[in-house]
Amino acid sequence: MTVDFKDSIQEALANPNLRGALGRFSEAYRVSRAKAYEGLDFEAIRDQVKAVKANAAGRLDEMAARFQAAAEAKGAKVVRLSSPAEVKAYILALAKERGVRSIVKSKSMASEEIHLNKHLEAEGIQVFETDLGEWIIQLAHQTPSHMVMPAIHMTKEEVADVFSQEVEPGQSPDIPRLVKFAREKLRSRFLEADMGISGANIAVAETGSLVLVTNEGNARLVSTLPRIHVALVGIEKLVENFRDVEPILTALPRNATAQLLTSYVSVITGLTPGPEGKDKELHIVLMDNKRSEMAADPRFKEALQCIRCASCLNVCPVYRLVGGHVFGKVYTGGIGTILTAWFDELKKSDEIQSLCIQCGACNDVCPGKIHISDLILEIRRRLVKEQGQGVAAKAIFKVVNNRRVFHSMLRAASLAQKPFAKGGFIRHLPFFLGDMTKFRSLPAIAEKPLRDTIRRIPQPESGEKAAFYAGCLIDFAYPEMGEAVVKILNKAGIQVLFPEGQTCCGAPARYSGAYETAAGNARDNIKAMLEGDPKWVVSACPTCTVALKEDFESTFTSLGMEGEIGGARRLSERVIDFSTLVKRLVDEGRLTFREGEELEKVTYHDSCHLKRTLHAQQPPRELLGKAGFTLEEMFEADICCGMGGSYSLKLPEISAPMLERKLDCIEKTGAASVAMDCPGCVMQIRGGMDKRGGKVKVEHTANKLLDRLT
Amino acid sequence: MPDASFERFRTKAEAVSAEVHSFPGDAEAMAFIRAFVEGAGGPAVYAPGPFLEANGGPGPDVEVTQAEAAAAAVGVSEFDWALADTGTLVQDATDPRQRLVSTLPPIHLAIIRGDRLLPGLGSLLDRVKPERASYLAFVTGPSRTADIERVLTIGVHGPARLVIVHVEGGRA
Repeated sequence: MTVDFKDSIQEALANPNLRGALGRFSEAYRVSRAKAYEGLDFEAIRDQVKAVKANAAGRLDEMAARFQAAAEAKGAKVVRLSSPAEVKAYILALAKERGVRSIVKSKSMASEEIHLNKHLEAEGIQVFETDLGEWIIQLAHQTPSHMVMPAIHMTKEEVADVFSQEVEPGQSPDIPRLVKFAREKLRSRFLEADMGISGANIAVAETGSLVLVTNEGNARLVSTLPRIHVALVGIEKLVENFRDVEPILTALPRNATAQLLTSYVSVITGLTPGPEGKDKELHIVLMDNKRSEMAADPRFKEALQCIRCASCLNVCPVYRLVGGHVFGKVYTGGIGTILTAWFDELKKSDEIQSLCIQCGACNDVCPGKIHISDLILEIRRRLVKEQGQGVAAKAIFKVVNNRRVFHSMLRAASLAQKPFAKGGFIRHLPFFLGDMTKFRSLPAIAEKPLRDTIRRIPQPESGEKAAFYAGCLIDFAYPEMGEAVVKILNKAGIQVLFPEGQTCCGAPARYSGAYETAAGNARDNIKAMLEGDPKWVVSACPTCTVALKEDFESTFTSLGMEGEIGGARRLSERVIDFSTLVKRLVDEGRLTFREGEELEKVTYHDSCHLKRTLHAQQPPRELLGKAGFTLEEMFEADICCGMGGSYSLKLPEISAPMLERKLDCIEKTGAASVAMDCPGCVMQIRGGMDKRGGKVKVEHTANKLLDRLT
Repeated sequence: MPDASFERFRTKAEAVSAEVHSFPGDAEAMAFIRAFVEGAGGPAVYAPGPFLEANGGPGPDVEVTQAEAAAAAVGVSEFDWALADTGTLVQDATDPRQRLVSTLPPIHLAIIRGDRLLPGLGSLLDRVKPERASYLAFVTGPSRTADIERVLTIGVHGPARLVIVHVEGGRA
């Protein structure tokens, strides 16, 4: 990460307008989006969106040819061009040939992608963006900071200043007046323009139709008034049939702006008469610019299912802190990172991809069912492959990959930390390590790791064995969590094994793109955890659970290590997270809770991997309820706490404000304690609570349940 | 007895700031339109349509220029379908007069007959053929933006008011 990039993060975080605007928007968005989907089955709709988009993405060439034939049969001129340079040259030549002096544009991300305005303006043609947000950023000489709301980063005062400087002095920061001003100033531009340029939200191969979605009504004017209409369309906008429009038009407005439908939708098929009654010229440019290459890549093909709703930005806990000028280039946020890596180039996405904390909130709302965070991880992996891992990271992974060295270093650290540790916390670290404890205390490394203390818990002889996978945090920082898990399983008559050969789950390496290291960890763990033929392999860390259950196979697949996949699958079948297993044991009557007293009010924090990968948000809540606690839900319970493994070390400036929000939400419930299923979240939230002197107890669900079970 | 799906349409349309007026017959609707246009405080432009023609309004040859539409206080046009689920009006707007009167004036008065009501987008897409209608226009409420500080503001490039005149039943 360059100093400039770190500076841009700091600058964005220090901008109260930006954080206020984005923060308020993201909070309101979740609520209003849910309302817009009332009575509809979002999962069914997004299955349809995915199906129609994937169908077209698998046959882009055929779709483009069919579109061309259909649109040309209706009088349009269709050109299929590949590179941005060709597209710009074509539109410029057309404008010159037709004597075009001024152009009005409705919003087109494809034109932003190729910097079309600059190219046309350099040749003396006037170009006016007419979408209000686009016009503002055009006047301010900026790029959009959001794909749907390009000027969301600016205050009304800033907009008034831009209007005053660039258009007419004396504009006041009154929003209705600013909007009226834009209407008046742009009206004459519409009436005088020789050419209108639009994008398209959907292009239908069957009929040659373009579908344009707007709220302001500018696309209607752009496509009606000037004598020439040019539509610049990325080929990922193609769908096969007219009927395919329905799921996209259902999801796009609801996901983008929480509307049932935008104010205007125009479906244009071939030539249409202009104001004088004569047919206008219609030129449709189908632009490839790497989209075909993307379609040919087995991993990234699914990114073509994007309908550009920007919901991945709206729910992103990082985007809402730093905005699109930091988190993005022309395209912003999660999907923007992926599109930048492809449409621009891989290394242009290096810094922005590092902002992704891998919480997966984007995957849950994506109407195209794109696994956005997984694709960002794949970008990370390819970057590491291309550019290599940083020296420091390399050294760390070398250690992590050698179990004996790694474990003896952790034991040594337990002694070395003595001067800094107090009451189980490290509150200050000297020198360059200071950043790590600025916003939260760190847990002291346990004097005796779980692998030693677990021997003191006598195990019942039983036909039913569970191998406990501790993971580094439970093993070395929070052995009491592991002890609780073991004792609870013992109560159900299960014999718990602790395979000595278990080592780091490989998540830190994988999330840093160091797949070879992750593969080494995977191989060691598969061997260790299957020893003794346990029925269950149980973990009380959701990140480890996901690593064991899903990531091992995926890492081997990415590296082409087919021979290892069988072992990964054998392990995967037995892996289960703590709460899901305990819930099952309770349901089967093998574990029972004590009857009786009313217990304290508890709130529950959803850990990212538990909720979004394992979909196990209900079992811990039900268990806490059955144990007698009163569950009080916090606001945004499933928003990431900012831990993200090593993310909080690499980007403490982003991790800290995420944690602050989480702590506020917890404290607002008035609960006496907060439970969670992830030792990483415990480390972050307990450390933050300690640092702010908060009173809420932070505990793993296992520790909350232990004494409540008979 | 008002049609249940019309009530749904009304609720959805009003939720996005459209003004909805319903009349039992052509005469009452036409009287409202005349009075409304009279009180609009400026010239009106009309796009042709069967309701207007049948009720003494302008005929199919009515002329609308860009300049007239841009100077008008109100534009009047008829729609072909209404979608109850979203409060949307839909028309074949291939005739440019349909687009001029509904985009440029600050007020758009839209006429819809009761028998043109459909449940939603799916049933519309089953009925329309884009090959036969070069410019299909969907209108859901007035022109709007939230591009400055996410504050909803009505009336940017299109009309700031959408006045819907619903005439119960079908053609007389």
